[in-house]
Amino acid sequence: MMTFSPADLFLILPELLIVTAACIILVLDPVLRASDKDGLVWLSLGTLAVCMGLTASQMNTSAAIFSGLVVIDAYGAFWKLLFYFVTGLTILLSHPYLKEERLYFGEYYGFVLLALSGMMVMVSSVDLLTLYLGTELMSLSLYVMVGLKRSEPRSLEASAKYFVLGAFSSGILLYGISLLYGATGSTRLPEIAAAISGRNLDDPLLLFATILLAVGFGFKLAVVPFHMWTPDVYQGAPTSVTAFMAVAAKAASFGAFLRVFIEGLGGLKANWSAMFLVLCLATLILGNILALVQTNVKRMLAYSSIAHAGYALIGVVATGHIGNSSGIASVLLYLSLYAFMTFGAFAIVAMLRKGGIEGEDIDDFTGLAKRHPVAALLMLIFMVSLAGIPPTAGFIGKLYVFMSAVEAGLPWLAAVALIFAVISAYYYLRLVMVMYMREPSDLSSTSPRMVMSPALSIVLACAVAGVVIFGIYPNPLVNFAMQAVSALK
Amino acid sequence: MTGFPWLTLLIILPLAGAITVFAVKERFVRLTALAVAVADLLISLPLWWLFDTSSGEMQFVESARWIPSLSINYRLGLDGISLPLILMTTVLMPLCILISWHSIERRIRSFMAMLLIMESAMIGVFCALDFVLFYVFWEAMLIPMYLLIGIWGGPNRLYATIKFLLYTLAGSVLLLVAILVLYFQGGHTFDIPQLSQGTYSNSLQFWLFLAFFAAFAVKVPMFPFHTWLPDAHVEAPTAGSVILASVLLKMGTYGFLRFSLPMLPDASQLFTPVMVGLSIVAIIYGAYMALAQADLKKLIAYSSVSHMGFVTLGLFMFNIQGIEGAVMQMVNHGITTGGLFLCVGMIYERTHSRQIADNIGLTKPMPRYATFLVIFALSSLGLPGTNSFVGEFMILAGTFLWSKIAAALASLGIILAAAYLLWMVQRVAFGVPDPHILPKLRDVNLREMITVVPLVVLIFVIGIFPNPILTRMHPSVEKVIARVFPPAAEHASVMPRLIPFTPSVERITSPTGPTFSQETQTTSEGRP
Repeated sequence: MMTFSPADLFLILPELLIVTAACIILVLDPVLRASDKDGLVWLSLGTLAVCMGLTASQMNTSAAIFSGLVVIDAYGAFWKLLFYFVTGLTILLSHPYLKEERLYFGEYYGFVLLALSGMMVMVSSVDLLTLYLGTELMSLSLYVMVGLKRSEPRSLEASAKYFVLGAFSSGILLYGISLLYGATGSTRLPEIAAAISGRNLDDPLLLFATILLAVGFGFKLAVVPFHMWTPDVYQGAPTSVTAFMAVAAKAASFGAFLRVFIEGLGGLKANWSAMFLVLCLATLILGNILALVQTNVKRMLAYSSIAHAGYALIGVVATGHIGNSSGIASVLLYLSLYAFMTFGAFAIVAMLRKGGIEGEDIDDFTGLAKRHPVAALLMLIFMVSLAGIPPTAGFIGKLYVFMSAVEAGLPWLAAVALIFAVISAYYYLRLVMVMYMREPSDLSSTSPRMVMSPALSIVLACAVAGVVIFGIYPNPLVNFAMQAVSALK
Repeated sequence: MTGFPWLTLLIILPLAGAITVFAVKERFVRLTALAVAVADLLISLPLWWLFDTSSGEMQFVESARWIPSLSINYRLGLDGISLPLILMTTVLMPLCILISWHSIERRIRSFMAMLLIMESAMIGVFCALDFVLFYVFWEAMLIPMYLLIGIWGGPNRLYATIKFLLYTLAGSVLLLVAILVLYFQGGHTFDIPQLSQGTYSNSLQFWLFLAFFAAFAVKVPMFPFHTWLPDAHVEAPTAGSVILASVLLKMGTYGFLRFSLPMLPDASQLFTPVMVGLSIVAIIYGAYMALAQADLKKLIAYSSVSHMGFVTLGLFMFNIQGIEGAVMQMVNHGITTGGLFLCVGMIYERTHSRQIADNIGLTKPMPRYATFLVIFALSSLGLPGTNSFVGEFMILAGTFLWSKIAAALASLGIILAAAYLLWMVQRVAFGVPDPHILPKLRDVNLREMITVVPLVVLIFVIGIFPNPILTRMHPSVEKVIARVFPPAAEHASVMPRLIPFTPSVERITSPTGPTFSQETQTTSEGRP
């Protein structure tokens, strides 16, 4: 029985505003003169700021709307605030970067906002079909954004690859949803949970549905062995889009994934935690080892983002083992801290794109400490944080995740993950070595002087502030994550 | 005890200095850094006298909530074990800055900033009372040291610095797992004194000991985890070598003493034969390797392996002589080896070679330099009257109580030390100089005198009056021993620590003192 109340519309006002802004941008773009197109950037940022305020005010609400398709709760608010923040940074980063790449598409900002609205739907839907719609909205926008460099084959290849594999994984996800519907008679998470609680947990239909859902999400999260698309897509996409995908899209997938597996399939914990344990180990091992041999920084960061998904999965596995919420809180914390350092690292890569220099090869970083000491120092901080060395945000994230693993009685998992963290330190610090311990070659000393545009400075300042401040004083974020998780049923 | 936040100030000041050096004019960078390090020294000195020598408890304790959701606190404090180590650090830092005055030309601001950040982290390690805080400081110094070797190091610096980083990082990640396990087993706390009171099952202690061992043994470094040390020492700039040898290595032995022994007493006893065996191997192997070195820095690096073997040997004797000797030796090794590295740095500035063959016969052209070198070498080989004699003697006395054979084997290290050091001195100081290098050989100037004289003074002061240090550490060491052998299980005949060893020079230096007569009684009855 579908009921609709106008008050529901007020609760999804942020989503509505974002979609409206996206539509306005798409309409205005063809009619605006090129010199006025900066206005679109301001429009997007303004909308984000308003939505941030609205969502922050919803922190303490807990309401199921549209007859239980969507909930507005602290859990969704946590992710949405993270998405606004990352989207804002993406827009600021894109502005100078797209100019450098000579990509003048006003609709770019429209697609960013559409992807954002998709993410927002993903983390607040409690109905699997709504969730699927959100996933598709996000993915379709990203397919376009990845292929934005139309003149470059690599970008087109990335887009095509991403589309094919993305469509494939969406199919699997949908298949899982339909099987789950067959097994439980519903697509709503609370009803699924209720149906599972009275069931024999070894029901093959139920298990098969769980596996398909895990595989479908596995593609979106880019965990091994469903990671194959990641390096190519991350490398081929414009760097600003890569940063957006590596941070926001990954976070959105985690947000939806956690809600489905905790709220809907929480009864099957014992079954899925063993499965995710295997995925987690495979991701940690392969992600870190493959990152070792990369010479392209974007590719290296792609593998590092795979590996980081593995670290976040530790929290999921731990939750499956102990059943309290500290594991989930650690995942939220990990991904939000990961957002700062990964976005910062990609922003530096984007900054190196200058003139004829691509700025993606590891050799392009040679002697950066001489050429641009500030950029080198920031990259050093991001790399140290990604390696998880204190006193940075990366360490705090790892501390919480490993804490939940040890609490769940899996100290060996923490030990394995930490040993791979040492391996990761090798490739992160190789970049530091290149920047600080090698002299700039003749080629790079004649290359155009690098300047940090004001927009880029804001992006980097936000990222480094997050890494350093939360590395020393993580309490506000920790409390926020805990509040968010307590909203999860 | 005062409520003044001494320790926070000690940690914050160098950090603030590290930022300040980027703000001042280029020509004031060195002076600023020196002023900060000297100010830190001046702040640390009063602690020596304010310290309550009768108490084995933590003093100057500061506590603040840091991450309440995991009950991680910002807790600092000092006891008799950490006090001498902190003072050693603050004494050495100004000297490190002085020795780098002219030898570092490139990126002087970053260099000084790295040194000062290291100082903060090192002091933090020695006075952290929260295990996570300890770990943060412990790891935080990796990156500055990595950059210090990698940017300002020698030709093979890239290999040496990544090797250093990966070895120490690999060791310390297992420490983190052990810390987290302890948190859940020890009553959901990271408080070090509280965790040191807990009792843990034997199998848990076994695994935790191995994890602790991985972190601390790499840092000490114990045989066979020492291979990063000669590489790192040879490539590091002089100040880096001094910090590495004098302070960083002590963090490993400090870790054994602060964590392994009191938290895991049963496992510590279980592993004693292994630890003693590895220590003796390190003593002899390090000394043999030192004999074969043609590079002065490598020679000193291997001598460090050998000397640190004495420290780990003393720690695992679980008697007052052994452990107090070990702490003494930690301080002494810091002073003496720091001094030797400073000497090598000075000669390298002149001849641009660290090879013994290139630096022969320095007494004629550089009499003052040769004097200092000889003093440091004699101290390093443990000549009576110098600081190392006190420490090594106590360690050997402690070892003798445990096993005569072990003591005899360890003594070999002293003989070998005399061999490689005297042989080095014979060539470097008393050979026939190469006429080509003579013009380069200016004797030490005032700045260099100021750099080494404090260490020379300390060598003799500690060598002749070790009591002030011993009395300060005595209650703390007794506390550690009481953890390994709880007083309830005391059995007069088997407890070597029952020997009333009131530290005093007379007893240490006179072979007929009461120590020895009682020692014989005890050993004859053996240990369980």
